[in-house]
Amino acid sequence: MGAVLRLQNDHDAGELVRSRLAGFVRNLRDNGFLVGLSETRDALKIVAGPDASRVSLLRPAFRALFCARPSDWERFDDIFNAYWLGHGMKSVVHVSGEPPKASTSLRKSGDGAPSLGKPGTPDRTERGEGKEHDNPADGRGRREGASTTDSLEKTDFRHIADPEQVEEAHRLAERLSREMRARLTRRERARRSGPRLDLRRTIHRSIATGGTPMELVHRHRIDKPLRLVVLLDASGSMSLYSSVFVRFMHGVVDHFREAEAFLFHTRLVHVSDALREKDAARAVDRMSLMAQGVGGGTKIGESLNTFNKWHAKRVIDSRTAVMIVSDGYDTGEPEALATEMRALRRRCRRIIWLNPMIGWDGYSPEARGMQAAMPYIDLFAPAHNLASLQALEPYLARI
Amino acid sequence: MIDGTGRGWVPLIRAMLASHLMTMTLIPRDAISERLAATGYVADRELSTALWLMESLGRPLLLEGEAGVGKTEVAKALASMRGTNLIRLQCYEGLDRNAALYEWNYQRQLLAIKAREGDDAASVEDLIFSEKFLLERPLLASIRQDRAPVLLIDEVDRADEEFEAFLLELLSDFQVSIPELGTIAAKSIPFVILTSNGTRELSDALRRRCLYHYVEFPDVDREARILMARLPGIDASLALQIAAMVGAIRKEALRKTPGVAETLDWAAALVGIGLKDLRSDPEAVHDTLMCLIKTAEDKSRMTPEVTNRLLGKVA
Repeated sequence: MGAVLRLQNDHDAGELVRSRLAGFVRNLRDNGFLVGLSETRDALKIVAGPDASRVSLLRPAFRALFCARPSDWERFDDIFNAYWLGHGMKSVVHVSGEPPKASTSLRKSGDGAPSLGKPGTPDRTERGEGKEHDNPADGRGRREGASTTDSLEKTDFRHIADPEQVEEAHRLAERLSREMRARLTRRERARRSGPRLDLRRTIHRSIATGGTPMELVHRHRIDKPLRLVVLLDASGSMSLYSSVFVRFMHGVVDHFREAEAFLFHTRLVHVSDALREKDAARAVDRMSLMAQGVGGGTKIGESLNTFNKWHAKRVIDSRTAVMIVSDGYDTGEPEALATEMRALRRRCRRIIWLNPMIGWDGYSPEARGMQAAMPYIDLFAPAHNLASLQALEPYLARI
Repeated sequence: MIDGTGRGWVPLIRAMLASHLMTMTLIPRDAISERLAATGYVADRELSTALWLMESLGRPLLLEGEAGVGKTEVAKALASMRGTNLIRLQCYEGLDRNAALYEWNYQRQLLAIKAREGDDAASVEDLIFSEKFLLERPLLASIRQDRAPVLLIDEVDRADEEFEAFLLELLSDFQVSIPELGTIAAKSIPFVILTSNGTRELSDALRRRCLYHYVEFPDVDREARILMARLPGIDASLALQIAAMVGAIRKEALRKTPGVAETLDWAAALVGIGLKDLRSDPEAVHDTLMCLIKTAEDKSRMTPEVTNRLLGKVA
């Protein structure tokens, strides 16, 4: 034990603790704790009190003082034990498995902050020029947008093979969903700011007070935020695309105030909860477990039936856009699909169907399922690369 | 009688009184958990230490944890333990200084202007921007109490970042400047408790300013003690059974994990129907589960078989 404290001994303990406190603080900082001068000063105050002599009292006091977030709370005991009690450590204390400094906190606080991307990746991305002809809104009103066009954006997801690029594509997809959310919120705000005076009512009310407009009446626009429901085809024919969309969905569910997500292949799985997992990688893991269904074809019609029957009432209202991501290869009856699409169309505000295959040269929606669903779709758009996903944003903003 | 004239007594008594008052407000740390228990809140050592440090270090306390673990209850218990007011500020998106700090009573101001038409403009202005026309909101109210209140800033993660920055400023200075009135310094420094559900990451600065406590669902033993503290009529063995059962239900992957308040409801229901032992009537147990299970999805998951399986495990 050597230099390690035997705290229980006597009241010299206070002196001992004080002398080693600086080392402990440095240690916590190395482990990514937010410890400043004032925390150290307060720690000295604690040590000057009667607590210093007993570990059982010192530990909770230091813990409350030095911790700042759940991850600190979990790791504190290890660090404390290692430093003060010499458990599992020889002399220098770095809690094993924790990369020194900030990397964990970065990951934790990363959602919502653009710091997530590598320095080399653009903070904002711009759509490609020629790809958006089939999109009704061309986003000319866009207020900002740097123009670092990463070639990755335009690459068909099928052709991204290098694991680093895959990771990069995932990250872009997630950031894209976040940006969409941010822009949509901003649009809402700009619209709402400065409530207009309702002069007629104000003057009317002023009669009671002898013509002085005491009570100002404003006009308010009643805005309900857009809800988004995503139904993702996870069948074999879509497998090259679904991993990117899963990340996209993760971002959407995380950042839209009200969003729900479902996967379907031969049956429908509700995956919003799995997607609410903050850590994207874990969310995707959980999802892929849920997505493992019985193989063999896609039953879009049946899945939609389940959705209409069990989930639609809860997750759909008049401000909901339903986004179906599928190639339209249905092994069920097209009539069944048409019936369900009709039922769905009546319920929601818009149906957006994203089909990765539109991006392919010479594709026309000839799959029988696709044909059956076409009449009920408000927007039929490509989704084979990130640029095409980005092109959706102005459309969603106008819904 | 120190110097024979008696003059020495006055400061001495004053000092004694002051030290007496000090001990009155500064509750010794060991007494905190006992006093909390007397108010019906069963705290563990970590939490009572944090509450004690709040006072001795003068820092706010940030509580995090899942919904339903009893974060808000901590503030209520602290207020009732100290016999002081609880002032609550519920945060929401778009909360601004006007709603949190102060507002002028415009209606009264307009009336006053009208009533004093023809008066000297400066005097009217002085009048309408006086305390009489000031509407206190929670933050201002909390620093103008004679006796330090408990200020609960609930779900601070829902407020915007700008508001958080403003809060940080207030929490370090405890003074408010109102342009028309000047600076109002705190009469007493409130005990500040902030809670967060983690819907948004809080700033490092705010986290650093605060003491921190992560509230977890109580373990079986503590939950049983909570039940006994809040429902005096309950049997100790039944309380233990209920706590164990709720603990097992929390381990099931439910959409909405039942909180401590739900446990209390359920226990009250079971006591109400006169149940002494969970094993004696599994059907009644299952029927009353609606106190704990709040969504249709969870309800379909908690079939009578699941209830029986869990009962078999815990009872």
